[in-house]
Amino acid sequence: MKALQDRVDRLRPSLGITVGKSLAPFVVAILLAFVMDKVIGPAVGATWAKILLDVGIAILLAGSLNIVNGYAGQFSIGHAGFMLVGAYAAAWLTFYGSVHWFGTKETVGGFLGNGQLLFLGGCMLGGVIASVFGLVVGLPTLRLRGDYLAIVTLGFGEIVRVLGQITDRQPKNVKAIKELSMSDLANNLGGAEGFSQVPGYTTLFFVYFFAFVLLVLAYRLKYSSKGRALLAVRENEIAAEAMGIDTTRAKVVAFVFAAFFAGIGGSLYAHQVGAIDPKELGFMKSIDLVIIVVIGGMGSITGVVLGAAILVVLPEVFRQFADYRMIAYALALIVVMIMRPQGIMGVKELWETSWWRRQSKALLAKLGKGAS
Amino acid sequence: MSDSFTASDLLQTTINFLAVGGLYALIALGYTLVYGILRFINFAHSDIVAWGGWIALTVATGAGWLASGASPAFALPLVLLVTMALCAAMGVTIERLAYRPLRKAPRLNVLITAIGVSLFLQNVGLLNKVFGNRPSTISALLANDVLATVGGVHIRLYDMLTIMLTIVLVVFLERIVYGTRMGRAMRAVAFDERTASLMGINVNVVVSVTFALGSALAAAGGILFALRNDLRMTADSSWVLLGLKAFVAAVVGGIGNVRGAAAGALLIAFVEVFVHRYVNAAFPDKPWVGQLQDIYVFGILILVLLFKPSGLLGKATVEKV
Repeated sequence: MKALQDRVDRLRPSLGITVGKSLAPFVVAILLAFVMDKVIGPAVGATWAKILLDVGIAILLAGSLNIVNGYAGQFSIGHAGFMLVGAYAAAWLTFYGSVHWFGTKETVGGFLGNGQLLFLGGCMLGGVIASVFGLVVGLPTLRLRGDYLAIVTLGFGEIVRVLGQITDRQPKNVKAIKELSMSDLANNLGGAEGFSQVPGYTTLFFVYFFAFVLLVLAYRLKYSSKGRALLAVRENEIAAEAMGIDTTRAKVVAFVFAAFFAGIGGSLYAHQVGAIDPKELGFMKSIDLVIIVVIGGMGSITGVVLGAAILVVLPEVFRQFADYRMIAYALALIVVMIMRPQGIMGVKELWETSWWRRQSKALLAKLGKGAS
Repeated sequence: MSDSFTASDLLQTTINFLAVGGLYALIALGYTLVYGILRFINFAHSDIVAWGGWIALTVATGAGWLASGASPAFALPLVLLVTMALCAAMGVTIERLAYRPLRKAPRLNVLITAIGVSLFLQNVGLLNKVFGNRPSTISALLANDVLATVGGVHIRLYDMLTIMLTIVLVVFLERIVYGTRMGRAMRAVAFDERTASLMGINVNVVVSVTFALGSALAAAGGILFALRNDLRMTADSSWVLLGLKAFVAAVVGGIGNVRGAAAGALLIAFVEVFVHRYVNAAFPDKPWVGQLQDIYVFGILILVLLFKPSGLLGKATVEKV
């Protein structure tokens, strides 16, 4: 047995390599996000930078939904509810916190200055609170199957929306806010009028940092045993259970994970738009996200990225056709569903398609010729 | 606070409850019929309801019945019939063009297609050449008559009409589903589509008839809703909440079950009207209690699904590998 133990130990990579490998993608994520913010953003101009922001937020939201809808096959149409929860939590922290600690409602500090650190804290808080909601909703409801789960998530989304609408008025004057403590202000989320004057902290850096992190995590999840368990639940829940997978646990974990990133997405959204309107983040917003996932390809990470890019950019490009734009969009949706029901990518990733293999083989051949 | 709990108030609330329940029942039946046969949530149903209201307006305007005092007694029944026929044709067309090619596709695809159809109808409805984007009024079609006054409560023509029309249409539908050959075919297809088609049932015809019936009822619901609340909502996504509540009614009652839809509609209306009314009266100093209406509805939905996932009158099914 000793010899075997030695061989195992020799195969096991050292701690340094393991930590390095697991952190490397996140370092890359920070670098890419930085490049997005400082190079690509200014290069494409204000309009396209705004569109890039929207695309990034859509990638984050649809990518998180993809883990529930695509990997685990659980049909959730209440994702905007988690967005709303996260948006409220983050806006509460940045708006009231800013007044309490910095004495102003405006943005404070430069890149990763005090204001942006507070905003990062807000995103985290939004994510955590949204995931707590995810746990509370997921535990009892994920025993339900198929359409019934969809309906309950729909009900949840609507309930969160109404709860947002009955919160108290938002004090907007610095002096009035300072008279109340942070915990007293937790119910002053603006009610039906919405939460306005949210400081505009969202930049391309934060959006793409979180989007890249989500994509890395989603990729790692997909090719891990946990992710395969989710895929098994999607393909056949009863068979998965017979294989020893705790299906409810797997689904709840996926749900909480997705809710966390939806909460962050909601915070980014709120700090980009500058306001939270509970009616905006209702049923139709959830449906928009589901459409991105289905059009992109259920369970495909690259598919969701493509879907988000296409579904955000196309309506912007066709903005001049005002009235007929949405009609064309609806028709396109129907036609795509009839002609290509599996979405753009199907269940495959970009690098799993034969097109990609052909291209990369041709490229390698060309490189080889160039070298010799 | 004391005047909120009188007998006349109870009567008024009961009438409201029955009228709202009838409205929900008419719309919920469409959801339940389609789900029973095709097993998918027809998200475009609420738009048929919206179109029902607006087509009625267009027909009535076209016939010149909306000018004050110009509405003859036969106007409303005629508008109702024409609109129901038009909406039935619309439902059949939608099924033929958008849903039938996807009969064998995963259900999520059909669902997205239904959402596509819904978006299509909403945005076509908003075009100026169709219904336009301005609210309108249709209440002139039905005189605001008070039939009787019981204990200070006005029993209005509109409420009685809604309740009677709902009862007539639900009984009519019940007779079709449980009393005719077509109804038997519908139930057979709902039970097992493949076997039904092997027994010589033309599934396509059955599905078309289902959509026609569901859409006609939705049109009736749309007209009644328009008469009750006037056409303050343009034919867009503002109707979705009404559709969602009717859908909740269908699910709570046990989706796929005709009687269940009616029962669920009554339960939802009870919660929305009765509970809302009396919880409100019990907390007069808390204004936010007045906005909890939707929470009661969706709360009931979640509670029912948690404890009886197949709905109050639905049958539990056992899934197999």
